[in-house]
Amino acid sequence: MELIFEISKKGRRALEIPKPDVPGRSYRDNTEDATVNPLSGSIPSKYLRNTGLMLPEVSEPDLVRHYTALSDSNHGVDSGFYPLGSCTMKYNPKINEDMAALEGFTGVHPLQPEETVQGCLELMYKLEKSLSAITGMSRFTLQPAAGAHGEMTGLMIIKAYHDKTHPRRKIIVPDSAHGTNPASAAAAGFETVELKSSEDGGIDPDALRALMDENIAGLMLTNPNTLGLFEKNIREIADIVHDAGGLLYYDGANANAIMGISRPGDMGFDVLHLNLHKTFSTPHGGGGPGSGPVGVAARLEPFLPVPAVKYENGRYSFDYDLPDSIGKVRSFYGNYGVAVKAYTYIIRLGFEGLKQASVNAVLNARYLMQKLAGVYELPYKRSCMHEFVLSCTFMKKYGVSAMDVAKRLIDFGFHPPTVYFPLIVKEALMIEPTETESKETLDRFINAMLTIAEEAEKDPELLKNAPHTTPVTRPDDVAAARKPVLRYI
Amino acid sequence: MEVKKNLRYTKDHEWARPEGDRIFTGITDYAQHALGDIVFVELPEKGSALSKGDVLGTVESSKAASDIFSPLCGKVAEVNTELEDKPELVNEAPYDAWIAAMIPDDPAEAVTGLMDADEYEKYIKTLEHD
Amino acid sequence: MSGYISNTGADTQEMLDSIGIKSTEQLFDEIPEEVRYCGIPDNSGQTEKTELGGIPGPMADMQTESYIKNLAARNKSAEKLICFLGAGIYDHYIPPVVRHMISRQEFYTSYTPYQPEISQGMLQAIFEYQSMMCSLTGGEVCNASLYDGASALAEAASMACRATGRNEVAVLCSVNPEYRKVLKTYAHSGGWTVKELLPAICSENDAIKRYEAQIDHGIAALIIQSPDFFGYIEDIKAAAEAAHSSGALLIVTADPLSLAVLEAPGVLGADIITGEGQALGNPMSFGGPHFGFMTASEKLLRKMPGRIVGQTKDKNGKRCFVLTMQAREQHIRREKATSNICSNQALNALAAAVYMTAAGKSGLPETAQLCYHKAVYAYNKLLETGLFKPLTDRPFFKEFALESSIEIQKLNAVLLENGILGGCDAGRYYMEHKNVWILAVTEKRTREEINYLAGIISDNFGNKSGVVFPWN
Repeated sequence: MELIFEISKKGRRALEIPKPDVPGRSYRDNTEDATVNPLSGSIPSKYLRNTGLMLPEVSEPDLVRHYTALSDSNHGVDSGFYPLGSCTMKYNPKINEDMAALEGFTGVHPLQPEETVQGCLELMYKLEKSLSAITGMSRFTLQPAAGAHGEMTGLMIIKAYHDKTHPRRKIIVPDSAHGTNPASAAAAGFETVELKSSEDGGIDPDALRALMDENIAGLMLTNPNTLGLFEKNIREIADIVHDAGGLLYYDGANANAIMGISRPGDMGFDVLHLNLHKTFSTPHGGGGPGSGPVGVAARLEPFLPVPAVKYENGRYSFDYDLPDSIGKVRSFYGNYGVAVKAYTYIIRLGFEGLKQASVNAVLNARYLMQKLAGVYELPYKRSCMHEFVLSCTFMKKYGVSAMDVAKRLIDFGFHPPTVYFPLIVKEALMIEPTETESKETLDRFINAMLTIAEEAEKDPELLKNAPHTTPVTRPDDVAAARKPVLRYI
Repeated sequence: MEVKKNLRYTKDHEWARPEGDRIFTGITDYAQHALGDIVFVELPEKGSALSKGDVLGTVESSKAASDIFSPLCGKVAEVNTELEDKPELVNEAPYDAWIAAMIPDDPAEAVTGLMDADEYEKYIKTLEHD
Repeated sequence: MSGYISNTGADTQEMLDSIGIKSTEQLFDEIPEEVRYCGIPDNSGQTEKTELGGIPGPMADMQTESYIKNLAARNKSAEKLICFLGAGIYDHYIPPVVRHMISRQEFYTSYTPYQPEISQGMLQAIFEYQSMMCSLTGGEVCNASLYDGASALAEAASMACRATGRNEVAVLCSVNPEYRKVLKTYAHSGGWTVKELLPAICSENDAIKRYEAQIDHGIAALIIQSPDFFGYIEDIKAAAEAAHSSGALLIVTADPLSLAVLEAPGVLGADIITGEGQALGNPMSFGGPHFGFMTASEKLLRKMPGRIVGQTKDKNGKRCFVLTMQAREQHIRREKATSNICSNQALNALAAAVYMTAAGKSGLPETAQLCYHKAVYAYNKLLETGLFKPLTDRPFFKEFALESSIEIQKLNAVLLENGILGGCDAGRYYMEHKNVWILAVTEKRTREEINYLAGIISDNFGNKSGVVFPWN
């Protein structure tokens, strides 16, 4: 497809800018010579732009056709099944989008006087309360902009907590963890200690006990973990960590399995983040914006970022009075528009609806796992929660990899599952169907997976050359990284 | 998987080759196979002093990154700048594509403790069974 | 059922049979009793109880809408007020095409483009975005966005520390206070320090002395904002020379719209250019979601945080786009990654790309020029009241600061009563600048609105040409 710069033509424009209604030379007065900066004579010339500006020149119809054509080559949740493990690609309700687009939210400046933003504050306050109730935590901040940002914030809180008494500088992270866990730990100034998963894919309490010492600040855990397995020994794990003076961090990436079923606060977690763009149905936006609210147990409240929102005497206001606050991790109050979408979802479903979402997420995953486990390898033979991991090592003898299976699924109209993760499973396919898919869709996916398993044996080339239905196929990653071309010149 | 007779090896799949007063180092054929197409080699700084096991540099493929560890104690005398533009040489000829030439602190003991070709060959066989 | 779940009772039964269990309860057998939540669902509809759940609802679609609309109606948005408030977030015009294009479901309901074959749309759009931002800022490489202007600046500082092997950055106090706060939070955990350079406001001559005099050896980066928090344009070239003379990098955080008329920081010697991208096609939204941008010189590419899109060819030789340089990132390098960022603000960056395309090569400078002329008009109108005086002789772009003879809170309160969202009270952030008022004037403000602003002030506080200022 042509780049927007390649369809540009000198003299075309989409947006009509009003003529100045105040004194000052009109830009149009000197557009004949585009090299003359319109502000020359107004601002000292050493500050003025002298360098050409490479921006498109297109009409509005050109623009709309271009971006529409681009969107046509993108697969979204509305296009079809998107079983990307650990990403919870559930349907994004349209009402969320309309509510977040209300001018009463989008048109508000973050520094307006509090009395002019009572609706914004009320929503923040109530969303925090709802998230506290769902997770069993004491208080939330909505400031972190994404899951990893939430992890970093939560870990900073853990660090600040220990720094008040006895500083601790190590965090235990299981080898099955998301890559963001160790990266966030490093960003928060911790050294990571890796904990090997046990044979059943979980945490071995004895192995954990052996790692605990006076320098361990805490343990980061995803529960259910990245294999989709619930940590059965969670209370024992929590006791081990707490007895040694550590804190427990809950990575909420997999919270879609447990809403209304089990609460991290009751499991013994001290800090957690949620991904509003996973569990609470806000769209992923092609990579963002997300939102990663952080919840804490009561004893960690003083460490939360500022400002918090409080409600007193019928009035909502910002609370900057958190004496031990870690500070700010982002300007203002977080990705507010995303919070509006999540709160819309929560009140639309209510508690029972959220629980039903988790029940159906697990039901769908278990059904898929049951149907596929006979043909694909199931490395950990336990009942999964909302997602599960299969292995394609048996296809190696045909020269076929998990990536080939993933690419072939595209030909069947499905977005591939997560591949090669978690790292502890070879040739991994990580599948998360979510609750919003129908049995018919799941059955179509099962059929495709079974067909592909047969093709792997009979016609491996078909897989190795897949996908066959897309405008481009198998881009050369190696060439892209060896000789990077990162912009149009 | 090629293992060269006249070289010494580490468990992290670096090789070492004494030549004059220098010891050339690089990564083995086994390592480049495991990494896949190498897209970038981060070279050490000339003159830096390293202990055995210190990070000497990094090799990146499009899907992985791996540290290279110094097989000995010594000073980096020279780096192979050709790899900056042609990282693929590490895939094509891993035993020619040296990464650093080092002057060992103790020439007599420089490669002590490193595996010889037979030992390394046995070692990588044990890994393949994993 | 919520309406977002398709499984019927019969479907559920069939699936349970297939799994070999009797009830959905059994799906959770792996969860030990002691951590099962036994809260009793509250189906009382709209009543908001704080016990179970503390969650209002469930609500029907209609109820949900009126509930949320009622909340929105309790805010006074800039559509109802005349906005002169800026300080990092601005009330710019957003052409309708922006919302229409980013509302294409293929964009907004997709994930990070990990699978290039079915993500070419987003990948190409980001590549185009990177190209536009490089041109605008003068950087050679650009990432696919960061969370916001503040965290982008903190990431830039951390990147400078990695690139130079030093662990202190120096930041001018004229940099947005919110940004400096975030910078300090990141520094504290990243194990580097932040030195703040005074004064926040100075004359044109002293501005340059500030860069030179206070640069120590051993600093990883000098950080400046241009136009700065008070609206003044910095001398980036002089700052770059000062920073480079001591082996430090220059980081500039900039208003991207200003760069349509002001020289690109990269051309003037800045090594890393970051900023808040909101002004490009993103509504104010009570502070987010917007996006942070980052461009840099090519030699810093491998130290950059975040996703980067590159051009390549597919196996049939066709041009296409992929996420590249991934070995920097957390999913590969884990604790050694350049940053922990995973999700970014891709859709907001897309909005910026659509906005820049709509405004285009001539429209972006025209918009910037309008902002400038209107700001100058407002500046003069306010000075004419005799109630304000300028702080320095330095040139500004769309925002300017005035010393006020009226207490700022009182001033803003009167304006609000008259439907005007007044400027930022600098005293909120600067103890030493209690009477400083920072006003932003975008292309949306009309001559009438500006006259109205000055008129309201005169009517309420008197037109006092020659007034004696309390600080004189």
